Amino acid sequence: MPDSHKVKVALVGNPNAGKSSLFNYLTGLNQKIGNFPGVTVDKRTGQAQLPNGQVIDLLDLPGTYSIYPRSMDEQVVVDTLLNENAADYPDVVIVIVDASNLKRNLLLFTEVHDLGIPVILALNMMDVASQKGLDINATALSRVLEVPVVSINARTGAGLDRLKNALTIPLGPVTPPLYDVLALAPEAIAETKKQLELDHNYKAYQYLINSPTLPSLNGDGESIAKHIIQKHDLEVRVIQAHETLERYSMIDGILAKVLSRKPTQEQRQFSNKLDRVLTHKVWGYLIFFLVLFLMFQSIFAWAEPMMDFIDLTFSALSDFVGSVLPDGILNRLITEGILPGIGGIVVFIPQIAFLFAFIAILEESGYMARAVFLMDKIMRKFGLNGKSVVPLISGVACAIPAVMATRNIDNWKDRIVTIMVTPLMSCSARLPVYTILIALVVPSTSVLGFFSLQGVALMGMYLLGFIAALLSAYVMKLIMKMKERSFFLMELPIYRMPRWKNVGITIVEKVKTFVFEAGKVILAISIVLWVLASYGPGDALTNAEETVQKESTHLNLSEEEMNDRVASYKLEHSYAGYLGKVTEPVIAPLGYDWKIGIALITSFAAREVFVGTIATIYSVGSAGEDNTTIRQRLEKEKNPKTGGPMFTPAVAFSLLVFYAFAMQCMSTIAIVYRETKGWKWPAIQLIYMSALAYLSALAVYNLLS
Amino acid sequence: MRTVADMRPGERGTVTGFSDQELSIKLLEMGVLPGTEVIMKIIAPFGDPVCIEVSGYNLSMRKNEASTISLL
Repeated sequence: MPDSHKVKVALVGNPNAGKSSLFNYLTGLNQKIGNFPGVTVDKRTGQAQLPNGQVIDLLDLPGTYSIYPRSMDEQVVVDTLLNENAADYPDVVIVIVDASNLKRNLLLFTEVHDLGIPVILALNMMDVASQKGLDINATALSRVLEVPVVSINARTGAGLDRLKNALTIPLGPVTPPLYDVLALAPEAIAETKKQLELDHNYKAYQYLINSPTLPSLNGDGESIAKHIIQKHDLEVRVIQAHETLERYSMIDGILAKVLSRKPTQEQRQFSNKLDRVLTHKVWGYLIFFLVLFLMFQSIFAWAEPMMDFIDLTFSALSDFVGSVLPDGILNRLITEGILPGIGGIVVFIPQIAFLFAFIAILEESGYMARAVFLMDKIMRKFGLNGKSVVPLISGVACAIPAVMATRNIDNWKDRIVTIMVTPLMSCSARLPVYTILIALVVPSTSVLGFFSLQGVALMGMYLLGFIAALLSAYVMKLIMKMKERSFFLMELPIYRMPRWKNVGITIVEKVKTFVFEAGKVILAISIVLWVLASYGPGDALTNAEETVQKESTHLNLSEEEMNDRVASYKLEHSYAGYLGKVTEPVIAPLGYDWKIGIALITSFAAREVFVGTIATIYSVGSAGEDNTTIRQRLEKEKNPKTGGPMFTPAVAFSLLVFYAFAMQCMSTIAIVYRETKGWKWPAIQLIYMSALAYLSALAVYNLLS
Repeated sequence: MRTVADMRPGERGTVTGFSDQELSIKLLEMGVLPGTEVIMKIIAPFGDPVCIEVSGYNLSMRKNEASTISLL
C-alpha cells in the first residue's frame, strides 16, 4: 500500500493506564516527537509493523480522563478525535484501560466510542485487577460493547500480538452509540446537526458543550453553536454533568454482566504502608530531600567527568581539523565557531540524561505523585505548584534540563511561572564566576573556627538565587491572569517497579529534543558570538601582531606573554570589543568598564566564558584555568579614574549579583523557546532578568562604594 | 454541611453532592459520584492536600477542592 493510505491508529487512555508503555512496545525507538499545530503540546508518533507485514502510523495522544479537556494537553485529544478533515484524524482508536479501575476507565472509552470512530479496547493491568479480586470476562465485555477487546500487559508485552492481529482484521461498521445524548437536549442537537451539516448526535453535542474551546470549529460554526445555546437556554454544565452520570449508570449495567468480585486479602497493604512513610511529616520530607540530593549529585558531580571528556574531545577535534584544513576563514569558522558551538550543545547531554533518568524512575515508580502531594502546599504560597519542585532544584545544576522537566506541570500558568524563575537558581556555570570574584574580595578567614568565610559567601549566592526565584514567582502569580482554572485533582498511582525500557526511551527522547531543537538556536548564537569576538572593523585585527610587536619591543616579552598581548589586543579591537566600549556608559553606573563589558557580551554564550574572556582581555589568556594567576592579575588592575584597584568589593559584589540574576545563557533562551514554542516568553524572561540584574547590581554597587 | 475536607484519616463517608459546578464535572469524571463511598486515606503534613480512596483508587486533591464535596 502506498504511504498515503497507511492506517492511522491513535492511542487514548487515562493517565497511568499504561499508554506510554504500550506505545513504546509497539514502536520501539521507531518514534519521533513533533508538534500539534498551534499548541505547545508534544506529539509522539511512530510506526509499527503488523503480523501481515502492513505498517501502521501510531499517534500517542495525551492521557486524559474524558474528552472534556481541562488542560492544553487534553484539549489535543478532543481536537484530534473530532476533526475528520485533520491530517491526524485516526482510522482506528485503541483505548487502553486499567482493568483494576475499570469503571472510571470505561467512561473515556464510551465517550470515544460514541464519537463514531472504530475502537479497539485494550484491557491492561489484568494482573493488578486479579490481585484486587476482580475477575473480568473479556469475551463478555467484547460482546456487550460490540468492539474487539484484547487483554494485554503493557509492562511485559504479553498480548501485544493479539492486539496487532486485531488491527489487521477489517473493522465492521461502527456500532450505534452506547449512550445516545439526544435526550439531553433534543431540539438543540437537531438544530446543530442541521445547521452544521452533521449526521451524528454526539458530534453535534460536542460542538455545543465544548464549543468555546474547539479550534476545529471555524468562526461561523462557533457563533452558530453559541446562538443555539442561547436560543434553547442550554445549561451546558448541567447537561454535561448529567451525561457523565448517565454514562456511569450505563457502565454499572455493563460491569454487572462482565465483572465478578472474589473476596480477597487487601493487596494494597504494602502500598498503604509505603504511603504512610513516604508522606510522613518527618520521614516523607527526609526521604524526598534525600532523593533530590541524589538527583542533584548526579547532575552536578557524576555528569562532570563526562562533560569534561566531551570538552576535551571537541577541543582535540578542533585542533585536528585546524591542522588538516588549509588556513583561512573556513578553517577558523569550523574550528572556532561551529565545532565549539556543537561542543557547547553536546556538553549538556550527560546532565539531561541523568536528570531524566531520575525523573522517569520517579514517575514510573509512582513516587513522583507523592512528592508533588508533599510539596504542593509550600510551593503554592509562591505561585508555584507541587510539580515545580523538581525543575526548581534541578536548576541548581543546570537550567536546561530543569526547564525541560517542567513538561510534567499540566497547568499552563504554573508551568510558565516555573520556567520563568528556574534560571534564577544558581546553576553550575555560575560557579567559576562566583569562585573567582569571591576569592578576589572575600578574605579566606574562617568563621566559628571551621566555616570559611568564602564558603559562606558562596552559599549566600545560592540562597540569593533561590530567594529571588521564589519572590519572582510570587510577583508573577499576582501579575499573570489566567482564563484556565487550575485543578489539582491527581491520581496517586500504586507503586510499581519502573520499566527500564521506558526510562531509556525517555532519556533518548529528551536528549534528541534538546540536541535537534534547542541545538539549532545555540549553534546560531555561538557562531554570531564567534564572529563578534574574532572580527573587527578596519584592519586593526589583521595587523594585530605587528602593532603589538611594535608597541612592546622595549618590554622584552617571552613568546607566551607576547601571544597573550596579541590576543588581548585582538579582542579589544574586535566587534565585541567595540560593543564593550559602546556599552560602557550603560554599565558604568554598576562600576564596570569596557573590559568587563566585553566579558558580559561574550559570556552570553555561557556564564563560565566570563573567566576566559577576563583572562584574555587582561593578557593572561595562557593561564588557562589557573585561577590564581587570573586573580593576581585582577588584583593588580587599576581603575584609571580613581587610581585605586579596579576590582573593589563594590565592583566585585555588583558583578556577583549581576551574574546571579542575569539571563547570561543562550542555551536557556533556546530551551525556553523550544518549550514554550515561541519567542514571547524567552524575550520576557531575558528582559525581566536583565532588568533585575541591572537594578540589583546598581543598588549593590552604590551601597558598597 | 460536612464535606470531605472535614474528614479525619481512616474515616468513611458517602458523597451526596457538590457545591462547585465546574469542579463537580471533573470529580464525576474521576469517579466521585453521588452515593459513592469515600475513605480519607492521607492528609499531607501541612493539612493540605488530602488523599481519598474512591471507586477503588487513590485520588488526591487540595483541601479547597475537597470542601466542595458534601457528605451524608
